[in-house]
Amino acid sequence: MHNFINSGNKDTRSGFGDGLLFLGRNNPNVVALCSDLTGSLKMNYFADEFPDRFFQTGIAEANMMGMAAGLSIGNYIPFTGTFANFSTGRVYDQIRQSIAYSGKNVKICASHAGLTLGEDGATHQILEDIGLMKMLPGMVVISPCDFNQTRAATIAISNYLGPVYLRFGRPKVPNFTPSEKPFEIGKADVLTEGKDVTIIANGHLVWEALEAYNSLTKIGINAEVINCATIKPLDLSTLLKSAEKTGRVVTAEEHQKNGGLGDSVAQALALHKPCPMEMVGVNDSFGESGKPDQLMKKYGLDSSAIVDAVKSVLKR
Amino acid sequence: MDKSIEKIPSQIRRDILRMVHAVQSGHPGGSLGCTEFFVALYFKVLNHDKESFNMNGQNEDIFFLSNGHISPVFYSVLARAGYFSIDELSTFRKLNSRLQGHPTTHEGLPGVRIASGSLGQGLSVALGAAEAKKLSNDNNLVFSLHGDGELQEGQIWEAALYAGSKNIDNIIATIDANGQQIDGSTNDVMPMGDIGSKFISFGWEVLKIDNGNNLSEVIEGLNTAINLSGKGKPVCIIMQTEMGAGVDFMTGTHKWHGIAPSDEQLEKALSQLPETLGDYPI
Repeated sequence: MHNFINSGNKDTRSGFGDGLLFLGRNNPNVVALCSDLTGSLKMNYFADEFPDRFFQTGIAEANMMGMAAGLSIGNYIPFTGTFANFSTGRVYDQIRQSIAYSGKNVKICASHAGLTLGEDGATHQILEDIGLMKMLPGMVVISPCDFNQTRAATIAISNYLGPVYLRFGRPKVPNFTPSEKPFEIGKADVLTEGKDVTIIANGHLVWEALEAYNSLTKIGINAEVINCATIKPLDLSTLLKSAEKTGRVVTAEEHQKNGGLGDSVAQALALHKPCPMEMVGVNDSFGESGKPDQLMKKYGLDSSAIVDAVKSVLKR
Repeated sequence: MDKSIEKIPSQIRRDILRMVHAVQSGHPGGSLGCTEFFVALYFKVLNHDKESFNMNGQNEDIFFLSNGHISPVFYSVLARAGYFSIDELSTFRKLNSRLQGHPTTHEGLPGVRIASGSLGQGLSVALGAAEAKKLSNDNNLVFSLHGDGELQEGQIWEAALYAGSKNIDNIIATIDANGQQIDGSTNDVMPMGDIGSKFISFGWEVLKIDNGNNLSEVIEGLNTAINLSGKGKPVCIIMQTEMGAGVDFMTGTHKWHGIAPSDEQLEKALSQLPETLGDYPI
């Protein structure tokens, strides 16, 4: 059985809000912008304590992205906040021209990503955002797994000069990574050492991968679980070293298979270390309304789907 | 008015036409129409450091070009003002140049603080820069330029609403009201109605420059705008210009929006524009 203990379910968006408040208190150059979702993004703590450094743009995400670029020119470090859907697809050209191509130091922070947004349904459940953002030259893309890691990643990206996309979610999920562990951009963490198969996961699927690890242990399969929070740049050395050892890889994420973590890992393996691989992710479809756990089960994004994928990859 | 500045527009126009002609691509029409505006801004109005360019623009006025396709006039004026050598103008739109088809920060060209070309984004960027100035107690101003056709982009009105509602009074946005866009006159493509009234209803102070191709009138208009700044409202200048101004056969039509002159047309155009400061070498 793995050694990770859930210290109590918490939402990753609260990890962002907590990290942003810490930055407010410790870095006077950090400013925040939000398009009418301050409470949903847990940015209210920052906004209440630092009203001069908080910019409410109203429901106008394109303007928010441009303003963030402008604030960064004045040497501030802007953090934008809205849902993942409105942080990416809605404002893709604004991000592309005014932020990415212009090389601006803007942190695009995106909540309510993926199916676990739940009842609001497919209009809001973006499952393409990581693909959209990783395509942009120079954009760093991060999807942390729990409250603690989201908080740490929020703090870490303030010290990185350049555009970053930070993705997190709505529901309360297990909080199990060490509370004071600093986040290192581009570093994947090996959570369990194993020899039979490598499971590479991020976001809400990391805990599911650990649950799958336990199930697999019971049937004699020894899995190496890796938390790959940074999709870009990908930690090639950690991932390839593990693939070299196990020879079998499964990826798991709350995103389309097309364009997500699995897609990046598949490319890396094909180029550097070809081996059998299976992907756990959404298979070219939109989501729908439902409870987060119901949706994750229906769309095959839970621990049992990971166990099935491991069994498949071991047969190849 | 300082007499020496009057010689500059003719040379800027020569630069624009020679740059566009050399690569047979680029946007001469709007560039020619905005020549007086750029000369007024960079040689008379802006408090700026042209010798040592700082991206952050702290303690100086800064300018954003939102309608980036009129890069020829922007590049020519930046070079003539001293941001970089005029020799570099000959690299416009060529491979490995800092003078990309549309302005970019990507190649490190001094004087450019944001990429533009995809329309409608510059006012938002200018607002962010204006908020940064307020936050850092920098009393200098943020200027921006937009096409009138560009106002058809929705993001402009998101930004206009923000600026008016949040009293961003350290920004002066100028609209190049030439009444033309790629497919024809704005009246045919998408009538803009009363642009000034629209901005007023969004909470802006609006003033007009009736002849944006008269240098002293543009300088006077910009100075009036500066006097109106700092009083709780963003300031918008509706500046009427003639697309293609300065060259008789290019004036007042959308046809030269994105078309380069032939050898013969260049010669004819240059014959109308005295070489006042010396052409850049090819």
